[in-house]
Amino acid sequence: MKDTHKRLVFLVMLFLFLGYSSFLYTVQPFPDPPANTAAENGKMVWQNYNCSSCHQIFGLGGYLGPDLTDEYTLRSEAVINSFLISGTSIMPNFHLSEQERSDLIEYLKTVDATGSADPKTFKIYTDGTIEQ
Amino acid sequence: MEQSNNKSLHTSRAFIIVALSLLAFGLFFGIVGTLQYLFPGYLKDNLSFEKVRPLHVSAVVFWIIFAAMGSVLTYVQQYNNKEIAFPFLQKVQYYLFSVSVVTILVSYFFSVFGGREYWEFNPIFALPIILAWILFIINFFNTQTSYKNQPVYVWMWMSGLLFFLFTFIESYLWVFPYFRNNVVNDMTIQWKSYGSMVGAWNMLIYGCSLYLMEKISGDNKYSFAPIAFILFFTSLFNLMFNWGHHIYTLPTHQYIKHISYTVSMTELFIIGRIIWKWRASVSEARKHYHISAYRFLMYADVWVFLNLGLAILMSIPAINVFTHGTHITVAHTMGTTIGINSMLLLAFVVDILMDKGRKLKAVWLNRAVLTVNISLLIFWICLIITGIIKAKWQMSVNPIPFSMMMASMHPYFIVFFISGLSMMIGFFIIIYKLLFTKHHI
Repeated sequence: MKDTHKRLVFLVMLFLFLGYSSFLYTVQPFPDPPANTAAENGKMVWQNYNCSSCHQIFGLGGYLGPDLTDEYTLRSEAVINSFLISGTSIMPNFHLSEQERSDLIEYLKTVDATGSADPKTFKIYTDGTIEQ
Repeated sequence: MEQSNNKSLHTSRAFIIVALSLLAFGLFFGIVGTLQYLFPGYLKDNLSFEKVRPLHVSAVVFWIIFAAMGSVLTYVQQYNNKEIAFPFLQKVQYYLFSVSVVTILVSYFFSVFGGREYWEFNPIFALPIILAWILFIINFFNTQTSYKNQPVYVWMWMSGLLFFLFTFIESYLWVFPYFRNNVVNDMTIQWKSYGSMVGAWNMLIYGCSLYLMEKISGDNKYSFAPIAFILFFTSLFNLMFNWGHHIYTLPTHQYIKHISYTVSMTELFIIGRIIWKWRASVSEARKHYHISAYRFLMYADVWVFLNLGLAILMSIPAINVFTHGTHITVAHTMGTTIGINSMLLLAFVVDILMDKGRKLKAVWLNRAVLTVNISLLIFWICLIITGIIKAKWQMSVNPIPFSMMMASMHPYFIVFFISGLSMMIGFFIIIYKLLFTKHHI
């Protein structure tokens, strides 16, 4: 394999990769949701308390606690709030302020609205592909 | 080049010493985390799981990065037979990285987070890491004497260096509201960057592995052979486009999933070649078995086969629906980071630290390496079994509560703990022997 061929292959792949990346940055699967400061703050609460060490969103995150993608639909706001206030036998009480709790619940509501993480709801095809 | 008197090589060895310390630290917190699975609520008030997990994960991720940096910095000097271009920049890189990592780990104890999974630290700490990596790139490209007709491992090092920088920066795009406000797109970019980043550090590690194999065998034919470059470009193609299996269940663009599924099948070519070369690998193993570093390479080969098989299965969306979000994903991660990355990195560490007349007692090394690998196999199987339990639970029409499902895994968590503990002991023996074996000259 000549050096020029290797460089050409590398450059073509790099060009494709950068094109694909910039396409993903600019063309979003859904239009941006309306500005929701509470949900945006809630996302920061999620990160600041490292919730993903135990919980998942769309199956991504930790394994000690349940996936919370559809938690807003599955439980009432009041139940989520009470979990956040008192913690559980495993989850500590993080002493979140009322504002932080409210923002976090708003974030979970936004996540819930994007779709379902329940694998039972997926259609599975014989060619190995799936559809939500 | 006189290796022993080269100060730059001393600095690259310093990277490896920090790396081994991080491995020991990460293993210890891995065991603490396992105890929290075994005894739910253990240390809940003082050192709860949201602190323990990043202490474990960040320490082992930085073990990989530090050891890879130390190995590449050493081998690029050996390969070019010259000292590093800018020793001062190498020292700055070392101190920037070391101080950042220590600060990050301390910050976790005080619950200072703010980042994402795997990079849970405050994003401000990403800046010195980026800067240190740029210094690494400058030093590497200035130490490399020629860019014409280079062996495949030089291509791998160069690609790994550049793609790590790109993907690390990409993983911080979320700091801009444009990227983070759309939940689904934000997660797509997050896992795009993570998937490619792992591919980038694997490029550095596999590059070192090929260099070491060439050093052991004294035969450089493979490094220039067309098949080596075909495999390199296949891996690079996967680094760039095969990250979608992380997000098959995310309601994102359908084409991302199709591209990833198609690209992942090119890995069949790699696994096919491993099977094809199996007999030759066994005879090669017999020939070099007496070399300590080679033994680690040999174990890594077995783990490449097992994990690549698992990865290919998980890349099929119809199977991924079952395995996603379960401990099968953890099995794959553990198999890759411990079985492949750590075994390869330890091979480089043995080669680099033991080149000054220091000799390891083979009997201890053999026992420890065997303990690590048998324990890892039990650990890996255990994770796959718990993954199957969770997959069945996820697919159940009337699932029992999450806590009951976790309780049903308890017997496996016991095995998980015991095998994890014996793996840690095995690693501790290896680390102790590597750090404290005296010079024999």
